[in-house]
Amino acid sequence: MSETPNIDIDYVANLARLDMSTEEKAKLGGQLDDILGYFEKLNAVDVEGVEPMAHAHRVFNVWREGDEPGETYGPEVLTKMAPEQRDNQVVVPKVVE
Amino acid sequence: MSELYFKTITELSAMLAAGETTSVEITQAVIDRTAAVDGQVKAFLSTDNDDALAQAKASDERRAAGNALGPLDGIPIGIKDTLAVKDQPLRCASKMLENYVSPFDATCIVKLREAGAVIWGRLNMDEFAMGSSTENSAYQTTANPWDLETIPGGSSGGSAAAMAVGEAIATLGTDTGGSIRQPAALCGVVGMKPTYGLISRYGLVAFASSLDQVGPFARTVEDAALLMEAMLGKDDLDSTSIAPQGETNYAEALKEKKGPWKLGVPREFFGEGIDPEVKANIEKAIDWYKSQGSEIVDISLPHSELAVPVYYIVATAEASSNLARFDGVRYSHRSEESKDALTLFTKSRGEGFGDEVKRRIILGTYVLSSGYYDAYYLRAQKVRRLILGDFENAFEQCDAILTPTSPTPAFKRGERSDDPLAMYLSDVYTISVNLAGLPAISVPSGFTESGLPIGLQVIGKAFGEADMFAVAHSFEQAHDYHKQTPAL
Repeated sequence: MSETPNIDIDYVANLARLDMSTEEKAKLGGQLDDILGYFEKLNAVDVEGVEPMAHAHRVFNVWREGDEPGETYGPEVLTKMAPEQRDNQVVVPKVVE
Repeated sequence: MSELYFKTITELSAMLAAGETTSVEITQAVIDRTAAVDGQVKAFLSTDNDDALAQAKASDERRAAGNALGPLDGIPIGIKDTLAVKDQPLRCASKMLENYVSPFDATCIVKLREAGAVIWGRLNMDEFAMGSSTENSAYQTTANPWDLETIPGGSSGGSAAAMAVGEAIATLGTDTGGSIRQPAALCGVVGMKPTYGLISRYGLVAFASSLDQVGPFARTVEDAALLMEAMLGKDDLDSTSIAPQGETNYAEALKEKKGPWKLGVPREFFGEGIDPEVKANIEKAIDWYKSQGSEIVDISLPHSELAVPVYYIVATAEASSNLARFDGVRYSHRSEESKDALTLFTKSRGEGFGDEVKRRIILGTYVLSSGYYDAYYLRAQKVRRLILGDFENAFEQCDAILTPTSPTPAFKRGERSDDPLAMYLSDVYTISVNLAGLPAISVPSGFTESGLPIGLQVIGKAFGEADMFAVAHSFEQAHDYHKQTPAL
């Protein structure tokens, strides 16, 4: 079919906030071209008037019934998982100059 | 197969009720078996023997007091490393979650505990459930017990291999595109993916939320039915979960429903790409149903060749969004090179994720990005509806659909590692079922000449689990493939 679009990996990796080495990007580039080429099969289908499907069942506006406060976790439980924590708070690098 | 660790839930629950064994004895047998063979199989990422034995002891005490809970009481069930079990590690086989310990139980685990099950071990998988061979685990490669040089399938490869070799009486996996059924087929055990929404996803680490489902691995269809009965139900903590419809006493129902059925066979599933031995095996299974009086209906699922591209657009798009939460801030790996907010994200994610996860995040980000959204993501969502329509049309003519589970038996380790597209095609017969939200089960249907297991897939209507189980059970009980075990 038509020529395969070459992904601008630097641009997409930045959108995804994902650091990759030059070698990783080079290897991925060829693989993604193959995969995207395969995706082009979809262009042969007539989808005129077809409603997009995001989900297997049509379920909308789900409300919790009788939502009662249940068990909850103290800050010491939740901050314990953080890579760096102090005084029940998560420590991060300085983000404001 | 006289060893305790190779028995079924049904057999063991009868023995427990008759006082012929105890949960501690069964659990110890499973622990000892794991100690003996897991060095070769490498199904488990971690085990907690003391915790399992404490649960088993509690079960025995409950039973002694006359308060036994049902068929699952005292049965050790292994858990895929993507489901939250309180105070146990949850790593999704990723460096990203190396130090994570769950503060809570997933809803399916809560329900199994309420049924008295012994929650046992953390089973290996492809990192974040992305893969079809369990080679993408950041920790270890699991071997297929039928041939240690081959892969067990994936992503729930640890759950399948553990079953095949008697390291658990049942296990849980998750299935986004075939991740329960394909490894079940390749390891010669029963594996089942329910109708989307039947089991809560609360406590399952999200990969592709519109496709992910929890489901059981078991030695028999009846055992899988018992596990489903225990786990199903609407859950306020998962707004996509749905109250069951129709018959849900599956284990009782499969003894009464004996057919004959109208069984659809989609001609598109027997064409290019299928291994000749697999093809012959499944045709033989179809002939068996015919010989029992079932009507075989030639059906067409014309859009099925588009299921793989649709899946890898929809699933990667959802994954790129779901995995944004692993940012190095609250609970995931944090890079030592983090200097500011941006490098905290980029470096931590770059170090924490493996190759396949990165590949899918990039692919998913791309198909959602400005200028490509309509061409890829929106178009894929439309074709997804056409795929569902194919099944709806087919089910007007039949009660269930028969197909191979996997186009090939287990392949050699490393064989497809550098060719992601070939790996993606491992799921060509299972993926459309997830896209349409239907239930399906893989049952052992025989072996190749070299002794590798083959699986038959039975696809049911939405919420048609009772019929699907019955169709699978009838084949299973008339054959002894499910009773065979590897030489290990």
